[in-house]
Parts: sequence; C-alpha cells; structure tokens
Amino acid sequence: MELCARELAVWRGERCLFEGLDLTLGPSQLGLVVGANGSGKSTLLRVLAGLASATAGAVTWRGSKLEALPFEYRGDIAYRGHLDGLKRDLTVLENFRFHATIWRGRPEFDTLLEDVALTAVANVRVRHLSAGQQRRASLATLRLGTSKVWILDEPTTNLDTNGRGKVIAWIRTHLAAGGTAVVATHQPDELAQKGALVVEL
Amino acid sequence: MSAFGAIVRRDVRVALRRLSEAANPLLFFVIVATLFPLALSPNADELREVGVGVLWVSTLLSSLLALEGLFRADADDGSLEQLMLSPVPISVTVVAKIAAHWLMTILPLIALVPVLALSYSMPLAALPTMIGALLLATPTLSVLTALGAALTVSLRRGGTIVGLLVLPLTAPLLIFGTRATDFGLHDEPAAGPLYLLAAFAAFALALGPLAIGAALRVGVE
Repeated sequence: MELCARELAVWRGERCLFEGLDLTLGPSQLGLVVGANGSGKSTLLRVLAGLASATAGAVTWRGSKLEALPFEYRGDIAYRGHLDGLKRDLTVLENFRFHATIWRGRPEFDTLLEDVALTAVANVRVRHLSAGQQRRASLATLRLGTSKVWILDEPTTNLDTNGRGKVIAWIRTHLAAGGTAVVATHQPDELAQKGALVVEL
Repeated sequence: MSAFGAIVRRDVRVALRRLSEAANPLLFFVIVATLFPLALSPNADELREVGVGVLWVSTLLSSLLALEGLFRADADDGSLEQLMLSPVPISVTVVAKIAAHWLMTILPLIALVPVLALSYSMPLAALPTMIGALLLATPTLSVLTALGAALTVSLRRGGTIVGLLVLPLTAPLLIFGTRATDFGLHDEPAAGPLYLLAAFAAFALALGPLAIGAALRVGVE
C-alpha cells in the first residue's frame, strides 16, 4: 500500500520544475510539499494524483503505474485542488449524495453536515455559498469516499480558524486510520508531525 | 450501473435548473427551420423536396450547438477531474453525460420535427420514417460532437472548432438520413439506409466513448 514516485521530472516548455524526485509514502504517512509560488507544488500533486503526466519517471500505487491502475484500485486516490469539484447548480446535499454514489462511499450526510457546520445550508445551491463554505463542502466530500490516499493542494485556503482546525483534524484521523496524505501548504507547521516527509521544491 | 444513473440524473437536474441554456439549441432549431420556408418558393411541391434537407441540416447544427460545451462546465468547476479519478470508468461517465444531454436537448428537438414538417407541407405518412431515421442518427451525431467537445475542452471558446472538426464527419449521417426520409416521402421501403444508420450508431457507441475518454484525459492536464 505504497504511493511511490521514481525519478520524477516535469518540464514546462524550457523550464524544469523539478527533476530526479523520489518519494515513497506508506500507510499513516504524511507528505508535506512546500515551496514558493510557482515552484511546481500543484503540478507535483496533479502528477501524483494521475491527472497530469510527468516528463520522465513514474508514479506507482500498490506497485502498478497510475495510468494502468487495476480496476479494484481505482478511486483509491482522492484529490482536491484549486477547483471545488462541486456542481454549483446543485444543493450541498445533492452534491454529497452524488459523491457518495460515485465513490461508493458512506452516506452519513447528517453527521457530516453538522461536522462542517453546513446543516443550515444543506438545501441551498452551492452557487449561493461563500468561498469558505464551498471549500468546506468540497473537503467534506473526502470523508464520503473511501479513498486511501488524500492529495490536497493548499486545503486550508479560504477557511476560517475553525474550518482550518477541522481540516487538520480530518487529515490526522485519516492518517491514524492507516491512510496516506500528501498536502501542499504554505504553513507546514500546522500539520507537522513526527515521521512526516517534507518535499521542498 | 447506479453510477451511470447518478450521472444522468445529475446532468438532467443541472440542465433543468439552467433551462434557458438547455432551451437555446431548441429555439435555434425552430428559428432556422421556420426561416427557410420564408426564403423559398411557396410552392408546396418544391417546399416538400427541400424540406427534408433543411430539417436534417438544422438538426445537425442544433445538436452541435447543444453538445459542443458538453464537458466545459464540468472542466471549469473541477467535477471532471473528480469523475476521472473516481472508481467509475471514464467511458461510463462519457456515455452517461451524452445520454443526459440527448434526453434534454435532442429528444425534444425530434419531438418538434412533426410540427416543423407541417410548414414544409410534408405528408404525415412520411413522418415515422423521418423520426426513426433521426432517432437512429442522433446518437452517432452526439458521440461525434462529444468527441469534438472533449478535444477542445481546454480551450475557452471551442465552439467554432468543434463545428469544423465534427461537421465533415457527419456527412454519412446526412446522406443516409435524408435518403431514408426521401424514401419515406415517396412511399418506398427505407430499410436500407435505416439499417446503415443503426450500424453507425452501434459503431459510434461502442468505440466513441473510449476515444472521448482518451481525449478528456489529455484535456484535463
């Protein structure tokens, strides 16, 4: 159950974002990706999620390459980037329901809504929520799925102190339950814990 | 299968909440098809002959309009990348999205054809063949347009390019579709072209989703 990157390199045109990057993350392990704006954090995360391809090298999950993942491993990797992945014309609850069906997850909507303080707006279209609420809803859907690897790109953007604490607690719970997480962040101190692997770009 | 249903329901629901957008291709179809009789000779026999072609070309253009942005909204809000990472195979997602948009835009369009056919003084007896031909041709048309939409998903405005990519490929549909309708109009057996349209549909629905999935994978990068 390891997420491995071997000799990873990404070039954007003439510019090299990173080269010769090796990374191995097992169960309960946290990877922190830090670096200045434009250093390639998001690109690295997209490559690790299998959404973008690397110029050289390969990413494997449980020993198989991401682009040829066996059917039973599909959906093991969850990714939340700068886009929320929510349908803005559907309500929060409708988005949750859709997500739980697609990711064959647990439909525990009420407790989850309460946990993210969205119960009052459960039947409001996502379009009418604030940026922070949208972010909460988007990250909350992670808990509806059963993914083993969470790849999060600056998950605490737009969140208030309470929301930030909540997301960090979720990541900790996920790690404690044997999950793996890769998080790009500008505040590595919030998340830092023993055994965390820090990738500096 | 439940995932397929969920994607269809989601897209239908979103389309219902943005009804004015979903209705645009339909209105376009009605307007184009009613402008032609105004510009042509009022002679009923002549109208009937050109009517077949006009209705078919209008259908092609309206479905292009309806489906050229099939994946753009999902790409913009990030739900496309979520769907690609999800356990649901991408070809299932693609077929579900095409099915939802076919139900929401193409089916109402076909339902309007009998009304518009009247303005070309087409005999009622010719309608079943024409409707049948449209029902068989539009799935292929939707798959072709979806392929164009997938190839241009990363472009801000892909509309015109989708047209340039897709319309030449629709020539066989137009040829056999109008031929079938002509046969129906003149009370001749139309089975030949109809079978061919059905064969195109089977081919497009079997292989199209794989190609569209590959195009989308490149598109989200």
